[in-house]
Amino acid sequence: MTGSSTLTTSKQSPSRRSFLAGGAKTALSASAIVALSGAGAAMTRAYASSGDAAQDVAILNVALGLEHEAIGAYQLGAESGLLSKDVLNVAVQFQSHHKEHRDALIDAIRAMGGEAAEAEKLSDYAKALNASSLKSQADVVQLAARLELGAANAYLGVIPSFNSHDLAQVSARLAADETMHWTALTSALGGMLPKKALSFGA
Amino acid sequence: MHTNILHQSRLARTAAFAALCSAAISLLSPAAAADLDAENLYQRRCGACHSIETNRIGPRHLGVVGRKAGSVSDYNYSDALRNSNFVWDDARLDSWLANPEAVVPGQKMGYRLSNAEERATIIEYLKSQSN
Repeated sequence: MTGSSTLTTSKQSPSRRSFLAGGAKTALSASAIVALSGAGAAMTRAYASSGDAAQDVAILNVALGLEHEAIGAYQLGAESGLLSKDVLNVAVQFQSHHKEHRDALIDAIRAMGGEAAEAEKLSDYAKALNASSLKSQADVVQLAARLELGAANAYLGVIPSFNSHDLAQVSARLAADETMHWTALTSALGGMLPKKALSFGA
Repeated sequence: MHTNILHQSRLARTAAFAALCSAAISLLSPAAAADLDAENLYQRRCGACHSIETNRIGPRHLGVVGRKAGSVSDYNYSDALRNSNFVWDDARLDSWLANPEAVVPGQKMGYRLSNAEERATIIEYLKSQSN
């Protein structure tokens, strides 16, 4: 999997609009990406020590690894031949969000003087995610939902570790995107939404 | 009209699938249900980066309890964790999950799990996933 890989997609169908239920409107905006990228340069000056900045870069790189894997997972699903056209369109949409996250994280890491982690090969993601076990559309969507839920929790869980409050806020915004993905996928599977509040993060 | 019928049919299939899953879960013994809860919790809190049997963003967790920290040979650790010198046990894992930077300064995980009960459940689950 490389950063340049791209899924083809067709024009949005009514059923896709219904599935997304407006969720795409909450995708990370272009201005947010600029804000995240710009934050890197500003915060390099603001950090109390280079160690604090290095720690934040390390966390951003873990997040970048997560985004690389998410892009790969959606690519595997799209290439599986198991997805209907409508579900494929949603997968493409969500993959595009993860690509925006990836690009924003890379910009921020570089602006802070760090080296951005590279994506693994798609075959490596296939092995790590046991893609050979995916036999149906439901299997693919369940894998995506599981990864999105984990990602939402991961972004929430690293918030207290950021030395920069700006990056902590960005992490919360990324978590919101992943939560939106999980909610849409879970609803499509007919799954139960959380009965209690505050189920994300802990 | 045709679309509505198709939609209703999909809803019925979805409801039937959900009911089947619910019935299957209700047939589990309390111990099995607890195991499922622990695995689900592990997936929710750790599954973005970790798996039991394969390295992903983080190293595999199979046999982590009792293993020397930073010792999975084919995983790219931070220098800090690779050069640490301790074995993962309950107490270390609990501290690590609560605040990894406080345990190994310079590590790269960053993820904090503040809920002590959830940490304990996950540690018990990891202990059950031995080599």
